[in-house]
Amino acid sequence: MTPDEMKARDYILKIYDGDFTKCMHCGKCSASCAAYSAMDIKPHQFPSYMAHGKITELMNSKTIWECLGCSDCIERCPRDVKPGKLIDAVRQAVTRQRGGSHLYPEEIPAMVNPDMPQQLLVSVLRRERK
Amino acid sequence: MQRIGVFVCHCGTNIAATVDVSKVAEAAKHEPGVVYAVDYTFMCSEAGQDLIAQAIKDYGLTAIVVCSCSPRMHEATFRKVAEENGVNPYMVEIANIREQCSWVHKDMEEGTPKAITLMKTAVAKVNLDSPLQDGEAPVTKRALVIGGGIAGIQTALDIADCGYKVDIVEKDQTIGGRMAQLDKTFPTLDCSSCILTPRMTEVNQHPNIRLFTYSEVQEVSGFVGNFDVKILKKSRSVREKDCTGCGVCMTKCPSKKIPNEFNRGLNFRTAINIPFAQAIPNVPVIDKEHCIHFKTGKCGICAKVCPSHAVDYEIKDEVIEEKYGAIVVATGFNQIDLHKFGELGYGVSKNVISSLEYERIMSATGPTGGHIVRPSDGKEPKDIVFIQCVGSRCAPGDKRGKTYCSKICCMYTAKQSIMTCDHIPGAKCHVFYIDVRTPGKLFDEFYRRAVEQYGVDYIKGNVGKVTELPNGKLRVHGADLLDQKEIELDTDMVVLAGAIEPNPGIRPLATKLTLSIDNDNFLNEAHAKLHPVEAATAGVFMAGTVQGPKDIPETVAQAGAAAVKAVALLAKDKLKTNPCVAQPDELYCNGCSVCANVCPYGAITYIEKEVRDHGLRETRRLAQVNPSLCKGCGACTVACPSGAMNLKGFTNRQIMAEVDSVCQ
Repeated sequence: MTPDEMKARDYILKIYDGDFTKCMHCGKCSASCAAYSAMDIKPHQFPSYMAHGKITELMNSKTIWECLGCSDCIERCPRDVKPGKLIDAVRQAVTRQRGGSHLYPEEIPAMVNPDMPQQLLVSVLRRERK
Repeated sequence: MQRIGVFVCHCGTNIAATVDVSKVAEAAKHEPGVVYAVDYTFMCSEAGQDLIAQAIKDYGLTAIVVCSCSPRMHEATFRKVAEENGVNPYMVEIANIREQCSWVHKDMEEGTPKAITLMKTAVAKVNLDSPLQDGEAPVTKRALVIGGGIAGIQTALDIADCGYKVDIVEKDQTIGGRMAQLDKTFPTLDCSSCILTPRMTEVNQHPNIRLFTYSEVQEVSGFVGNFDVKILKKSRSVREKDCTGCGVCMTKCPSKKIPNEFNRGLNFRTAINIPFAQAIPNVPVIDKEHCIHFKTGKCGICAKVCPSHAVDYEIKDEVIEEKYGAIVVATGFNQIDLHKFGELGYGVSKNVISSLEYERIMSATGPTGGHIVRPSDGKEPKDIVFIQCVGSRCAPGDKRGKTYCSKICCMYTAKQSIMTCDHIPGAKCHVFYIDVRTPGKLFDEFYRRAVEQYGVDYIKGNVGKVTELPNGKLRVHGADLLDQKEIELDTDMVVLAGAIEPNPGIRPLATKLTLSIDNDNFLNEAHAKLHPVEAATAGVFMAGTVQGPKDIPETVAQAGAAAVKAVALLAKDKLKTNPCVAQPDELYCNGCSVCANVCPYGAITYIEKEVRDHGLRETRRLAQVNPSLCKGCGACTVACPSGAMNLKGFTNRQIMAEVDSVCQ
């Protein structure tokens, strides 16, 4: 791990506030995940990526933007790993970095789908913008 | 004044590496009463014991202090040496300078002064020791086995074959337990009933075994070798001696819609019922909760149709009182409630079932006569998904599951998938697993057979949810962690390998027997490795899944072990009792009852006694300790407000002398 990665790792752990070493790699999180197929690093891989210090890979992953935050994985994890919180922590570590936002209001009209609740757009914008 | 010998052990380097043993021996020489002190490599060795024996002779020792390991290890050894050489065994004190000193300190600078202090406290105590004699108690030559599953059956047979009387108390109406519900057994695939029922018959016919079925242990008092037990024999409403087990009553009973517990609720039974054909005793029980006669006073058909007039609604519950020398607890397990796993559809879809329910479906004595069919429509499933570790291996504090591995699931799932392929040609089985754990003789070979010979599809991963489709199929959403892909499988039936847990009845029973249980309600052993079948309460043993998850051969082996331990107890004519019991001082006791209230063993009673106190004669209410009930826990000695209660061998004066020597 580079010093930057170590810093990011500590920051992620602070937000995460859980224990990824409890993971027994059962895959309940991935099996429960509604966004699974869109993810490059699957939820059940997050604990081992953390353990092996692959922080840059996690921060560059598609997964952190695909996670819907539905908390199914947190609710069903038999080992109390809280995978959703870990994914969220990585995402926050990215958004809180210096640099650009990941969603701009002007991009939204193209995304609007009449079946989609408006609240969803609002919360996504809040989540992914500085 | 005592003539004390102090013996300091090196325990190889266990003690000598962090304690300067010669310094400890040297310091001992200056303690009051000490006439001899020495250090030696291994005090417990024969040479070490000879050293003590020689010193007793040469220096006329009256008391001994051994600075060594925990008294749990070698107190008995050194007491024996003392006794053989004419010193009362209770004049031996152990200063634990290993577990509580050398092992926890890093260097001699810390270890040595502490060892010296510990030696001093032991010397201070032994100075006030007085010789004690072991008590004696008789042994009732009869054993009680609680639980009539394979563990209880095997224990009872083994004890009975040694020539001792045994009673089995079984809460259900028949013995047989969980094993009677199983279809085949892994890895040999022999039929569970076929190997169990001959044992059940043997129990029934054994001249040394009495059976109390449909009965519960109500009350236990007494102590090792002398337990007094009250057994509640619930009324079957059928006279056992008259009933022939013909079953006519069951065919005529109009109350037919009661979920059949033996078949895990997969079909119905009548209010008067025998759970299965080989039940022992083969006598029905009238379920008073559902019987029309007991609810309304009408009906009475079973009494009318019974050809041997065995049905009698007036039979009352009975309490049987019996004395026992030893008790074996073998109350077995149950499967956890799977309704909590809503995402897996248990209780929502009829075709999501537990593995124990699946055993009943596969069994020839089950609700479908051994034909594997879906509970929803009775059609043969062509595709079955098995999900492992449901509720096992969860994090501590998990709301739904247990922290432990249930141990048997991997093997029975392999068995169930093999049996499914055998029963239904062309059937496809999928097993979602986290790890496949198959340690055991021919176990892994059996699992490999499922994969290689039967083509069972083992998927490394878990299931997120199971949903029922409009066409009656079940959609299983999961993840394959090896292929990194999402799985969506449409299947006919889902079988959940739910965790096992001790039968809930163990909690009140453990209270009655003063047994210790762990967070999951499994019984705690007296020592996890060296006393694996003994409970912490003397005279109580355990066998089977009440101690932890295990399979049938392990249960049978443990049952044999428990039987031997029980027989070793019953074979004795007299038991030595610990003389370190509480003793009240009549002149200090004011009869306040505080000690009796704190005594966990009911050993303290009160008597009216005439005493002479400074020339005055008066009748006072005084505490009296039954030495055979007292366990020497010391609760009364600290509770007594007037300091009248003393524990022999640990008197208040001795404890204070020890404290003083630490504080000097």
